[in-house]
Amino acid sequence: MRAAFVRGLTAAARQDPRVILLSSDLGFKIFDDFAAEFPGRFLNVGVAESNMIGVAAGLALGGMRPFAYSIAPFSTLRCLEHVRNDVCYHNLSVTIVGLGGGYSYGHNGPTHHSLEDIAVMRALPNMTVVCPGDPLEVEPAVIAAAAHGSPVYLRIGRAGDPVVHSGPVRFEIGRAITLREGRDCTLISTGNTLALAVEISGRLRANSISCRVLNMHTVKPLDEAALRACAAETRALFTIEEHSRIGGLGSAIAEWAAMNCISRPLHLFGAPDAFAKCTGTQAYLRALCGLTVEHVVDTIAGKLANVPSC
Amino acid sequence: MIDVNVPMLQARARAVRARVLRMAHAGKTPHVASALSCVDLLVALYFSALRIDPANPEDSGRDRLLLSKGHGCMAQYGALAERGFFPEEVLAEYARDGGRLAEHPGPHCVPGIEAATGSLGHGLPIGAGLALAAKVRRAEYRVFVVLSDGECFEGSVWEAALFAPVLKLEGLTAIVDYNGWSAMAATRPAMEPLADKWRAFGWSVQEIDGHDVQSLASILGSVPFESGRPSAIIARTVKGKGVSFMENDLEWHYRPPNDQDLQRALLEIRE
Repeated sequence: MRAAFVRGLTAAARQDPRVILLSSDLGFKIFDDFAAEFPGRFLNVGVAESNMIGVAAGLALGGMRPFAYSIAPFSTLRCLEHVRNDVCYHNLSVTIVGLGGGYSYGHNGPTHHSLEDIAVMRALPNMTVVCPGDPLEVEPAVIAAAAHGSPVYLRIGRAGDPVVHSGPVRFEIGRAITLREGRDCTLISTGNTLALAVEISGRLRANSISCRVLNMHTVKPLDEAALRACAAETRALFTIEEHSRIGGLGSAIAEWAAMNCISRPLHLFGAPDAFAKCTGTQAYLRALCGLTVEHVVDTIAGKLANVPSC
Repeated sequence: MIDVNVPMLQARARAVRARVLRMAHAGKTPHVASALSCVDLLVALYFSALRIDPANPEDSGRDRLLLSKGHGCMAQYGALAERGFFPEEVLAEYARDGGRLAEHPGPHCVPGIEAATGSLGHGLPIGAGLALAAKVRRAEYRVFVVLSDGECFEGSVWEAALFAPVLKLEGLTAIVDYNGWSAMAATRPAMEPLADKWRAFGWSVQEIDGHDVQSLASILGSVPFESGRPSAIIARTVKGKGVSFMENDLEWHYRPPNDQDLQRALLEIRE
């Protein structure tokens, strides 16, 4: 998704001279072409995330549309109060980019994992939270963020994220995308678990379970109309995300369900309330917390066996 | 040499100090001494150095002043009212339910407030961003950020202090209201030599008596001190300045003036 981010940002910068990119010393070589095409609009601010966010806010107050880029825990948690006070309180057109959502930085360890960012960013007033599901969604998401006019947290993967869509995507912030139709249940994904969700749906179909896949790329605000349709048309809701089960997509949907008296069974797939206990690749760490085709398929099949039909 | 009307500035400063005292008294709020220490600075800025028009507070070319020590905002509210940014009666909304004026200013809560502050260490990064935007967009405005010395314990101040000289942000001026006190302690043991610290980071620095309105107006009016460098002004001030029983007494970082305190204080400042 990293390369797709640069492509999207280049397109956005061509359209809008206010777009400017700040990085806290991250993105070796990948921004060289951007910097050459847009002199003065790429700035490595150094390893200083709090200052980066404050500078981004000042740039936005001065009429620019900055993107502030770093690895997700550094662009969110390290400088959280600057995001809250400088960007969100002033309701400024700043996009905070979190690279490496979830376990993308596998062997780098829990300092570089990002399993709380959605929860924390979602709690901030004025903040929109967007987690594209594949590289093809990243490009239009960047363009949409640049045009959004208020704070956006854009959570992307790293390199090598699988492509899910077969062609250009119609992407609109706040509008979920149905990837697979289904009648028995809905698996709702955000961010980099989308390919996994689609694979799970395929495997369930082989087991005669018709599983809809809804890509809730915008976690805040939720696409409530799409959720209502899923709750009305399928028997159970499942959420999947490479994020803590506390505060992320699943939590957001549980809150929505509780507030709207939705009586469908709801089950959350995600990371436990724990730091990774050992080192591992992204795939290894996903498997440790049950984010695998086999575990999710078995769990969904087991849960559905106990749910009466519509 | 800049022509400075010293009696006018002194009269304005007395009027702003009286407002600070009345607001703290009516609102029963703390930080009266923190506000009093930056009154002369703000008066020199609003009545001399800044290119601003109270009738056109959103003019894109206006100079920007950020009070990064947001807890001193009674002085800023008082100075903005004195300068005509909003009617005097708005000050009655300070620390009142439903009012616009909190104990730390919100974003654009009243005309003249450029940024919300209150948590320390935010104003200088934002000011650097504003100065950078001016440079990128070839705008003419300048940015002034007033910090407290206690605020200079915040790491983000020094992140921005590293950043601004590299970008040659000569449109940015940092002013430290160096009254020698944070909320609970004397700051000098940690801060000294404060001017040298800013110099070492690449700023062009001047030290000044922060209550001498003539020098303040002259020096603030002469930035940038050097082409291609941001300017820093270390303004030596007295916490609680102008009210003898509040000066250099941390009690007045917390205690609101009661009726008797207010009367005594107003007599001392001879408004």
